[in-house]
Amino acid sequence: MRTKTPALLLGAAALLAVTACTDNAPATTPGDARALSVTATDTTCQVSAATAPSGTLSFSVTNSGTTVNEFYVLASDGLRIVAEVENIGPGLTRDLVLSVPPGDYFSACKPGMVGDGIRAAFSVSDSGVPVGPTGDEAALVAAANTAYGSYVRDQVEQLLTGTQAFVEAYTAGDDDLARALYAPTRVHWERIETVAESFGDLDPKMDLREADLEEGEEWTGWHLLEKDLWPARARDYTPLTKTERATYAKDLLDNTQTLYDRTRDLTYTADGIANGAKGLLDEVATGKVTGEEEYWSRTDLWDFQANVDGARVAWQGLHDLLVRKDAALDASIETRFAELQKLLDAQKKGDGFVLYDELGTDEVKALSDAVNALSEPLSKMAAAVLK
Amino acid sequence: MTDSTGLSRRGLIGSAGAGAAIALAGAGTFYVAGRPETTPDPTANWRTVGFHGRTQAGITTAAQDRLHFGAFDVNPSATREDLVALLQEWTAAAARMTQGLDAGEFGALSGPYDSPPDDTGEAIGLDPANLTITFGFGPTLFRAADGRDRFGLAGRQPAALTRLPHFPGDNLVATASDGDLCVQACSDDPQVAVHAVRNLTRIAMGRALLRWSQLGFGRTSSTTTAQVTPRNLFGFKDGTNNLRAEATDEIERHVWTAPGHDPRAAWLDGGSYLVARKIAMHVETWDRSSLREQERLVGRTKAEGAPLSGGREFSQPDFALAGREGAPLVDPASHVALGHPDNNGGLRMLRRGYNYVDGSNELGRLAAGLFFIAFVTDPRTHYIPMQTRMSRSDLMAEYLQHIGSGLWAVPPGIAPGEFVGQALFG
Repeated sequence: MRTKTPALLLGAAALLAVTACTDNAPATTPGDARALSVTATDTTCQVSAATAPSGTLSFSVTNSGTTVNEFYVLASDGLRIVAEVENIGPGLTRDLVLSVPPGDYFSACKPGMVGDGIRAAFSVSDSGVPVGPTGDEAALVAAANTAYGSYVRDQVEQLLTGTQAFVEAYTAGDDDLARALYAPTRVHWERIETVAESFGDLDPKMDLREADLEEGEEWTGWHLLEKDLWPARARDYTPLTKTERATYAKDLLDNTQTLYDRTRDLTYTADGIANGAKGLLDEVATGKVTGEEEYWSRTDLWDFQANVDGARVAWQGLHDLLVRKDAALDASIETRFAELQKLLDAQKKGDGFVLYDELGTDEVKALSDAVNALSEPLSKMAAAVLK
Repeated sequence: MTDSTGLSRRGLIGSAGAGAAIALAGAGTFYVAGRPETTPDPTANWRTVGFHGRTQAGITTAAQDRLHFGAFDVNPSATREDLVALLQEWTAAAARMTQGLDAGEFGALSGPYDSPPDDTGEAIGLDPANLTITFGFGPTLFRAADGRDRFGLAGRQPAALTRLPHFPGDNLVATASDGDLCVQACSDDPQVAVHAVRNLTRIAMGRALLRWSQLGFGRTSSTTTAQVTPRNLFGFKDGTNNLRAEATDEIERHVWTAPGHDPRAAWLDGGSYLVARKIAMHVETWDRSSLREQERLVGRTKAEGAPLSGGREFSQPDFALAGREGAPLVDPASHVALGHPDNNGGLRMLRRGYNYVDGSNELGRLAAGLFFIAFVTDPRTHYIPMQTRMSRSDLMAEYLQHIGSGLWAVPPGIAPGEFVGQALFG
């Protein structure tokens, strides 16, 4: 990886179409009028050219000053931010890549992150290169956020209701009922797992696996009850007493209530939703497809499906926006979701799924491959919707 | 050196063909060196690291590019005398191999014709390429898992030498963890490192057996200031802030055990502890994370390795420097923040890890990661607290899983005529 070969450069250039407006390093060729450099100091903001042809521009912004800096491209009204790169530490270089239609703009550095910044006029000439639709996408983003917020609220409501029934059965010692409710209830957690995990204090109390504990740390949450309900794989297991059951069941329910309270008014961003979808697939890849998540109950496929559900809802919310930004990527995601779902459908049994132990190694491999195939385009969604 | 007799890879170079022909003469006939060489000595440029010294080689030695690490268990039937004999023979063979000599005195191409050669031969003609062989003693050498004191050593077990605790997220496998003894063989030539472990394993047959071993390629740290910082399999520079051999005061304080550090373990004075952790890296999911995310988790730029608070690779991170909305530019839960001496009471480690890829697994994913090695003066102060925090809080942990673990006491250096750990048996 010491040098870039021409082939690699070509590949990177092709990627620009979907990574615009992120600060990933672009591939540029010398003399490219769309490759600009910016040298920012505490008092100056030197852009290598005051004009560029329309298309995908990249600004390589070097902070030569002593304070944290930012770089903006502003619309002709001097107010609307077309694109920005923030948190450039002293001495660092960051790239800003964006698609810009012809028109008048301002460039601006903002040393110390305060004030209006050091501004200069910047014009983009019409090169004839088509630049994606620039219509008002705010409505689409707002719709995606609203839809995703509703989804999260609904899932947490169902999680709370389900958990109430589950802990009731568990506390009462009705183990058969508790076992029957376990996986279908956890589905609601898994669908919004990346949101739930964003509460760093709640997640360890509710979803920690035994191996994730520190020595001497107390284990609470779903998986503790799971082990107590399915102790078959445990060595020298001492079942929880009736009192312990009541204590840990109440703890889980209380924490679920806290999660409920905290997710009522949560708001989201388009890239946050997109990254959440990718995160859910990562959860599948590292925990579910390997059978590590539900070690005792072997109900990993319920969680698997739920993670995929959550990712699909996130993508569907962004679908209209993504179609405008990158229709090919959107189509690829759709195809991969369908392929993965087909494999999951083949493992359905009654209202649920076969147990993880019943999967053959070929089936696990096929599922893992389909997760990889979907994750790849899904991981590009965040950058695409930001474009 | 005590290994001045017999044949060497050096001696055979340039006349190997003749040696083989003479060896064919039959049983009982030993090849005799001494044929004058008319060609320039091809061994003249061989790179060797001295074996004897105040400390064992392979610790502050400039990190070589390749690793073969072996963990051994002493056979259940072995006695204290067997153990001592093994360490003596290991010492002699290591002293020879590190100097480019064969493992045994006859060598790969000589000795009784009806006897298997005392060197396995795959290193014939190879530059040792800075081969070092470093030995360590595990907790179970002193007290077996069932508590037995097999070799009368329990009374001299260092207090710090106990199995590392379970860290959050550990998913350890026995085939990459623990062992009564360990051997770290490092060289710039992978075949030379493998040759060393293979021959030591052979010497141990009947007295100790290879419990597990690990190949590593691509050092992930620099141990001298002359070395550039290499990259790990996440594509980031690793070990920028590592202890370097030139920082002698800090090495003294953080790597070697001080005289009198443990009244029961005076034999370890001037030695060290070797922490090994096999850390699987989920490279597939990592590769799908954005550069923004990758840099946030690491706390450094991918390009140069500069801290996100600014500067160049070796600039000190400014953990207080805040960016947008007052959030620190270097995330407090980033790898660099959690591992930095400033946030660990000034404690430092000498890291000496290697990238590894053990082929791929049944899911078609690379069985890849980092074989982490660190040398510290006391694991209780210099590794366990930091790793506990990292396992709990490190943002990068999502992409990692610790699957192997081991701790060994590393005896001090070996003087000519001595064997490794001799003071333990005195």
